[in-house]
This record gives sequence, C-alpha cells and structure tokens, in this order.
Amino acid sequence: MILVDQETRVLVQGITGAEGAFHTAQMRQYGTKVVAGVTPGKGGSPHEGIPVFNTVRDAVRETGASASAVFVRPASAADAVMEAADGGVDLVVCLTEGIPVLDMVAATAYTAKKRVRLIGPNTPGIISPERCKIGVMAGYIHRKGPVGVVSRSGTLTYEAVHQLTLAGIGQSTCVGIGGDPVGGLSFVEILDLFEEDGETEAVVLIGEIGGTQEEEAAEFFRSKGTKPLVAFIAGLTAPPDRRMGHAGAIISRGQGGAEAKIRALEDAGVTVARSLAELGESVMDVMSARKNRKER
Amino acid sequence: MKIYEHQVKDLFRKYAIPVPKGIVARTVSEAVSAARSLGSLPVVVKAQTHAGGRGKAGGILVAATLEEAKAAASALLGRNLVTDQTGPEGQPVNALLIEERVEAARELYLGLTIDRAKKCPALIVCGKGGVEIEELARQEPDKVVVEHIDPAFGLRPFQASRPFFSLEIPPGTVGALASVAMALYRLFLASDGSILEINPLVLTDAGAIVALDAKMTIDDNALFRQPDLVSLSDPGSESGLEAEARRAGLNYIKLKGNVGCMVNGAGLAMATMDLIKLAGAEPANFLDVGGGATSEMVKEGLRILLSDPDVQLLFINVFGGILRCDVLARGLAAGAEELSVKLPVIVRLEGTNKKKGQEILAASGISFVSVGSLKEAAERIKCEMARGRPA
Repeated sequence: MILVDQETRVLVQGITGAEGAFHTAQMRQYGTKVVAGVTPGKGGSPHEGIPVFNTVRDAVRETGASASAVFVRPASAADAVMEAADGGVDLVVCLTEGIPVLDMVAATAYTAKKRVRLIGPNTPGIISPERCKIGVMAGYIHRKGPVGVVSRSGTLTYEAVHQLTLAGIGQSTCVGIGGDPVGGLSFVEILDLFEEDGETEAVVLIGEIGGTQEEEAAEFFRSKGTKPLVAFIAGLTAPPDRRMGHAGAIISRGQGGAEAKIRALEDAGVTVARSLAELGESVMDVMSARKNRKER
Repeated sequence: MKIYEHQVKDLFRKYAIPVPKGIVARTVSEAVSAARSLGSLPVVVKAQTHAGGRGKAGGILVAATLEEAKAAASALLGRNLVTDQTGPEGQPVNALLIEERVEAARELYLGLTIDRAKKCPALIVCGKGGVEIEELARQEPDKVVVEHIDPAFGLRPFQASRPFFSLEIPPGTVGALASVAMALYRLFLASDGSILEINPLVLTDAGAIVALDAKMTIDDNALFRQPDLVSLSDPGSESGLEAEARRAGLNYIKLKGNVGCMVNGAGLAMATMDLIKLAGAEPANFLDVGGGATSEMVKEGLRILLSDPDVQLLFINVFGGILRCDVLARGLAAGAEELSVKLPVIVRLEGTNKKKGQEILAASGISFVSVGSLKEAAERIKCEMARGRPA
C-alpha cells in the first residue's frame, strides 16, 4: 500500500460544490477519514457534520489533515493545489478536469518546491482498497490484495480493476496519475513507490498515446524493476494530431504513438497485454508464474 | 484549437514581431486587387488551412504577374487541400493570404512548446528553417538548441540570445532575434499557446528579420479565458458530424472503418477501438459520451453513429460509474424509437445499475446482442463482420 492508508486524514477543497459534496459522502461511506472541508467564504458552517474552513492553513491547523482532495472548478483548481501545498498537507489529489496547461506548469513547479506530492489533475484519484479512497472511482469493484495499479485513464482503470477482482486478484493501491499533459507524480515515481512497498507483489501499468511516460517507465523497469510489471497501452488505432478525449492523449508530430511505447516496454522485459480483454489473464499468468518460482 | 496563419500574423504585429506585408482574400477578385495594392511583384499566394505541409502540397504559389495571381487564386480557392498532415479528405481553402515576396539570405526556426517531461515551456531554435522541426532535428541535430524556461522566472534575456550565438549568426543580429524570441514568449503566455512557431524566420541581405510563416495551437482547456482567440476559430474546418457532436457535448472523431462505437471515458474508448481492430475489423469512430452524459446526449450519439453511412455494426461498451447503465440504456431506447436501427448492435454493460440498464434495453425493442465481457465482445464482432462481408 502506498501514499494513502486508514490513518490518512483528508480535507476536501470545494466540499460545498455539487461534485465535492457528492464525492465527500461517497468517500466517507467507503471509510475514508474526511476531517475537514475548505470553501473560501463558507468557513464556520459545517457541511454534513464536517467542519468547513476558509483556508487550507486553518483546516490543517485545526484538524491535522494530511491529504487534500481538490474538487474545484478548472479556472481556480491550480490555485487550490498551490494553496494545499502551502497549507501543510503532504499529498494533494486533484480530480478536476480541464485545467489550462500553463496553470499546471506553475502548480507542479510550486508543489515540487514545497516537496508536496501531487496526484493528477484529471484523475479518478487514488484508492487503497478497504482502507482509504480519495477520488471518484466506484469503491465496490476493488478488493484488497497484492497488485498495484497505476494508470493515465479513468474508465480503463475501472475495467482493469474489475478484471483483476473477478479473477480473484486484489489490489494494494490503485493510482490514477491523470490524463493531462502536465501533472504531478509520474509513472516512474509511482513504480518506485510500489518497488519499496512490502504489500505489492506485482504492478499493472495502463498507459495511452502521448508523451514519453511509458518509455520512461520501461527504462525504470529495465534498470530497477524487481517486481513483475504487466502493461496495457491504449490508442493503437488513434490517428495522429487528434486529441483523443484527454488533453494528454495526442500523437503529436509522430511522437507518442502506441506501437513505440509497446516496443519500449517489451524490450525492457515488461509483459504487454495487446488486448484489453486479456489484461486480467496476463496478470494471472504473471502471478502464478511468480508463485511457482517462489515455491520451487 | 488552431488558428490560421494570417490570424497568427495579426497577433505578431501586435507584439512587434516583423511579418511580410500581406492582405487576406476570400474571392479571386479580392486576391487580384490585394496583389495589386501590395504594389510590388512577384507576390506569394498562400492557402489558409489549419494543417501544415501546405508548401509541398501545392498550397503556396508564387505569382510574377497579376494574371498569375488570378490563376493561383482560382486554383486554390474552394479546393480541398490534402497535405501529409491532413486526412485523405483534406481541408477546405476558404481564404488566401496574399503577401509580398521576401528574399531570404538565411532561414531559421523559432518555436515555443510545453516540454511535458520537464513540465515547463521550452524555446526551440534551429539554425536551419523552412522544413518541419522534426525533420530538422533528424537532419541537423547539432543545429537544434533548446532552452527550458523556469515558469517562476520566465524566459530570461540570456536564454533568448544564447541559442543564436551558438548558431553562427552575425553578432549584430542576435539582439534583434532575441527580441523576437522574447516577444514570442510573451504572446505564448498571453494566448495560452501549446505550440507557437515561426518557420522560417528569415534574415534578409539587408539585415532585416521577417517571420515568413507562422503556426499556433491554443490550449483547449484555456479557451474559457481567451474570448478573443475563440472568436478566431473556424468550425467550418471540421467535418459535419464532428461539429454536430461537439455541439451536443460529445467527444467524437470520425475514422475510416465501419464498426461504430459508443463508449464512456476516453481511455476505454481508445481501448475499444483497438479491440475492434484486433478482432480484424476497423473502428468507424472514436466516441466518448463522457462521465456526465445524459440520456439526451446518448440519444444524440446514437443518431450521429447512424448518420455515418460507413457504419455497418454498432458496439456499445460502457463501464458504468458516474454514467449509470440505466441512463445510457434510456438514451439508446429513446433513440431507437425515433431512428430505425437496422444494423446489428452489440452491447456490453458493466458497472453501476447494469441490471436495470439491461432490462430497459430488453424492453426497448432494439434487437441487440448482449455480451458479458470484452473477450466475448471481440468474438461477436469477428463473427458479425465475417457474416456481413460480401463474398
């Protein structure tokens, strides 16, 4: 389990907005400790029994919150991320979709300087099944177990987790790093955390077209990876120069195509599932091979 | 969002980046009078399309006389220009930029983009220009210089001039080139650029600097704060169905195949296209109805899929989360009532309210095949396509 556990104390920025309120209720129902909300100008009036503050600094001082979930509209979301980083939390999860890239350039530089970890934006969030969920994913499809999941896509993660759970394979932590061109923690940084994590035995990586993160993950696996890695890359049939929904999912000037990413991963010794339908099976094969090796 | 060369050059004028004298023309007679009022021949007649590669595709013509200008304008206006950066259908030429011809003593490349890995803007300079930057990087890697820009401090003057010193530019010209780079960065920030390029940036024998061609892509996520740039957008450059889908709030991209697909979520939509391809068929489109889709949007999505004459089979693949399966099913049922669905339909529903969704579909009268997993879906697609294929 990485980044979040049953002790994580969560504050929600934008708790009184529609999205923030809905997902706060869902997160609490899942068992997440939501200790505070922040909505500038609405401090002092509790939301569903949760104390609400005007600023992150106040919320952290009064409640000891250690992580923030950002449900703030795109125009102000990057500022909310920076406020969280300055306000004293260790982890910021930014769920907002549609933030201008230049705003995220500033926000990621800021969080890096403050040594605060950022997940997202444009992510379903992070979940350590049966312990803590900070995000919008449906909790019920997850089971606690030995496989870490890291992904750039929301529904594709649900699909992968669903296949794993059906196959009887639980998850240690599932992290959506987000579908935007510029964001917080990268594939490599998450893989590094899974390497160090005692509970995680294997990792599933779900990438897509655009950028170079999959290639960097391949290089990381080649030089440092000790745990089996199974990957799937979406977008083999994507045409160039068209944004495939996510701002980051674009084959720009011939770079970031799926074939090159798959080749880089396979060359590094990563098991790549060519079809999404076979992802669960690929993980099962890898897990049972590992078990056999251990028993021998 | 992309804007046209002549629009980028208007922005350049505001930022004191020198451009050739030029006039926009939308008819042949406008083109001729533009050429005349420029006052010197020859002129360059440039098709205004969003895609690059116009020169090679015959979209940029030099006219030595007014007669030639007229002929060039007639040849280009109203035509669909196919370049190696467009699809086979090309892009319509509805406007021309008529410009004075500038003789280049030397061509450079100057561009700004976001370096995703380094999470900051990057200034890219190349000692050669006029060719795509990727091609330049392959041909002359030593002549490509990149300066990463710290967002907290912006482009520093030393960074704006350093690349030119390394490229054997006459030292007397470096100051003026650095000013162009600084102005370009100011424009990049002010307009939320994701790509902004001058290619070529020309040095003349007289020592002048001129931005001969210009390209700009604006961050779609920032359009809410760029009303002036939004007013420059040209919906006419999109194909009909794509524009209709956009108006309905759907994320739709037309492709070449014949399996129409409707999916929720961009990643799953891409993976579904790939699955179709692996099953030996070709996807007809990318369609992400999104997490917040209503039944109305689903219905509109179905209408768009059925309006595509290439579509021979529908595959609905939804993993219900924020979008519930019953909401989707209600949209499909409502759509099917209005539009007659004669094509085979394969449906895979999973996630929130799956059972309710299946019941609604079963009661709707749509004849469809329900599949339980993606594996089964792939098998069905294979089998339907084999059946439908003419012998």
